[in-house]
Amino acid sequence: MSGKPKVAVHKFSSCDGCQLAFLNLGEDLLRVAERVDFVHFAEAGPVEPHAKVDIAFVEGSISTPDEVARIQQVRANSRFVVTLGACATAGGVQALRNLADGGKWIAAVYAQPEYIHSLATVTSIASHIKVDLELWGCPVSSRQVLGALRALLFGVVPVEEQDKVCMECKRNQTVCVMVAKGIPCMGPVTRTGCGALCPAFGRDCYACYGPAENPNTLGIARRLEGLGLAPDDIARRFLFINNAAPAFHEAGLRAKGEAHGGKP
Amino acid sequence: MLEGAPDVSRVFLPRDALQRVLDALTGSGFLCVGPRLKEGVIVYETLAETAALPQGVHDRQAPGEYSAEQVSSPRQFAWANGPQALKPFLFAPREALWRVVRDDKGRLTFREVQPDVKPIAVIGVRACDLAALALQDQHFLGGAYPDPAYAQRRDNLFVVAVHCSHPAATCFCVSTGDGPRATRGFDIALSELDDGFVAEAGSVRGKVLLDALECSVAAAEQIAQAEDEIAHAARSQSRRLPGRNLRDALFANLEHPRWEEVAERCLSCGNCTSVCPTCFCSSAIEQPSLDGDNAEHSREWDSCFTRGHSYIHGVVVRSDTRTRYRQWLTHKLGSWHEQYGRSGCVGCGRCVTWCPTGIDITEEATAICSGVAT
Repeated sequence: MSGKPKVAVHKFSSCDGCQLAFLNLGEDLLRVAERVDFVHFAEAGPVEPHAKVDIAFVEGSISTPDEVARIQQVRANSRFVVTLGACATAGGVQALRNLADGGKWIAAVYAQPEYIHSLATVTSIASHIKVDLELWGCPVSSRQVLGALRALLFGVVPVEEQDKVCMECKRNQTVCVMVAKGIPCMGPVTRTGCGALCPAFGRDCYACYGPAENPNTLGIARRLEGLGLAPDDIARRFLFINNAAPAFHEAGLRAKGEAHGGKP
Repeated sequence: MLEGAPDVSRVFLPRDALQRVLDALTGSGFLCVGPRLKEGVIVYETLAETAALPQGVHDRQAPGEYSAEQVSSPRQFAWANGPQALKPFLFAPREALWRVVRDDKGRLTFREVQPDVKPIAVIGVRACDLAALALQDQHFLGGAYPDPAYAQRRDNLFVVAVHCSHPAATCFCVSTGDGPRATRGFDIALSELDDGFVAEAGSVRGKVLLDALECSVAAAEQIAQAEDEIAHAARSQSRRLPGRNLRDALFANLEHPRWEEVAERCLSCGNCTSVCPTCFCSSAIEQPSLDGDNAEHSREWDSCFTRGHSYIHGVVVRSDTRTRYRQWLTHKLGSWHEQYGRSGCVGCGRCVTWCPTGIDITEEATAICSGVAT
C-alpha cells in the first residue's frame, strides 16, 4: 500500500445515511481517494474492520452488547476518532428507548423477541470512548465531513460549527418563519451546519443538528408555548433526533414534567 | 415657504412615471432593486416593473411578530421596513477576500479576490436606513484602511429614498433623530401621495434623472400633504429610547439585575445583530480545496451573541447570554459614541420585530438606564 493516510468508516446502530456524505460526493470521492486509503468502508466495498487507521469515522450509536466491545477495538486501532452524525454523537432517534421500557417495545414488535440482543439504553460513542471530533446532523453534510477530513490531513484542529441556525438564515436572507408566519421553529437553539436548509423552504427547523452552544432551551420553550404548542408537543421538539443530547434531554423532560403537573 | 412662491426644487411625478425612473436607471446600467412581498414579508428584490411593487400592502409589526395584509389602496410604499436594510447590498453576508495557492515547490501565493460588483439602484429606502448607511460608511470607509469590497459597492449604489409615512409600532426613529424624513444620502427622495410622488433630488445625478422626466413643479397643496404625512408618521411613533446618549447611564449600570433578567428571555441567536443596519461584525473562515493546494479566505456576518465572537486563544470572554447582551447594548448605545461620535441605533426597530422572543431594546435600555431596579 501507499503512504497515504488510512481511513476507516465504521457503522454501529444507524440508518447508514451519514456514510452517504462520502458516497454522494461524485467525482470528489475520487479526489478524496487520491489523498487517503479507505481500508474499511463496508458500504462502499472495502472490508477490513480490524485495520489500524489514522482516522476512523464512526456512524451510529451503541445499542447492542457486541457494539460495546467493538467500539473499544475501533478506538484502539485509530489515531483519530470522528463521530459521524446524530446517532454517533448523541444517540440518535433510537435513544428514545432510554425514555421508555425497551423490553416492552421489543415484545410488542417482534414475533420472537428472544433473538433481539439489545442494551437497555442507547448511548453516544463518546459515552464509551474518547472521541476527537464530533460531527452533528441527521444526516451530516458532505461539506462538513470533507472540511473535517481536510483539516485533519493538514494536521490542524477542525473548526467546530456551533452557532445557531438563525445566523445562517439571516446570512441567506431567509425570511424568519417564526416571526413572519408564527411557525414554531427550533433554529434559535440548534447548531448550524446544514446551511439553514428547512427555513429556506418555508418550514421550521426541527433541530436535527442538535443543540447549539449556549442554548436557551427554557426561553425557546416559553416561546413555543406562546405560539400555541402544548407541553407534550414542546417536549417532543426536544425529545426527537437529538433527544439524548444533554441540553435537549433536560429541556424535554422539563417540558414533560410540567405537562404532568410535576416540578421542572 | 411663502405663499405664492412655489418650491421649484420639488416636482410631481405621476404614479405611472415611476416606471420611467426604473427604465432610466436600467438604461444607465443599474440593476433596480425594490420592495416586494415575498413569503409574506416586504423584502428587497430585483424590480424591473413597478407592477411588482407591493401595492396596497400594509405591514403589522410587534415585538417578535410581523404580518402583512392587502388593502384596497393605490399606494406602493405604505409599509415600514422589512428585515433587510441596505446592509446586505454593501456589506455582503458572506464573501471571499483572498485566495492562497501552493505551487509544486511549496511556495504560497496570496491573491486578492475582486468582488463582482454591479451598479444597483435601491428604490424605497427609508430615513433610518440612510442614517445607518452613513454609519456603515464611517466604519468601512473611514480611517486609513477603507474596506475595498464595501467601497466598490458603495460607489455603485444609487438611492431612491421614500420618506416614511407608515412607521410600524416597533419604530422609534424620531427618538434617535434619524427619521421619518430622509435628509441625506439619497439621489432622489419621494413622498408618496395617492396619485403619485412629490420628488426631490439629493445629488447631481438624481437631478439629471428627474429633469429628464420633464415633470411639472409640485403644487403647494401636494407639498403640504407630503409634509403632513411625514409629520403624522413622526407623531404616530410611541416607542423611544430614554436619551440620545446613554453611554454614562449604561456603564454606570453594568451590574444591573436587568441584564440577568433579559438573558432569561434572550436566545442569544444573533437575529437582532443580523437585521441591525449598523452592526458590522464578521468572522473569517478558510475553505481549502480537497487536494489542499489552494484555499479561499472568506468573511461572513458574525454577531456578539456567538461564542466565537469573544474567543481569544483558549478563552471565551463572554460565555453567557448576560454578558453577550450587555456587550451588544453597551456597545450599540454606549461606546459607539466614543467610536463613531453618535449612538449606533437609528431607531428602525428591526431588532424588536425580528427577535424571536420579542425583546424590545427601548424597554431594556429604559429599565437599565433608570438605575438599579427594585
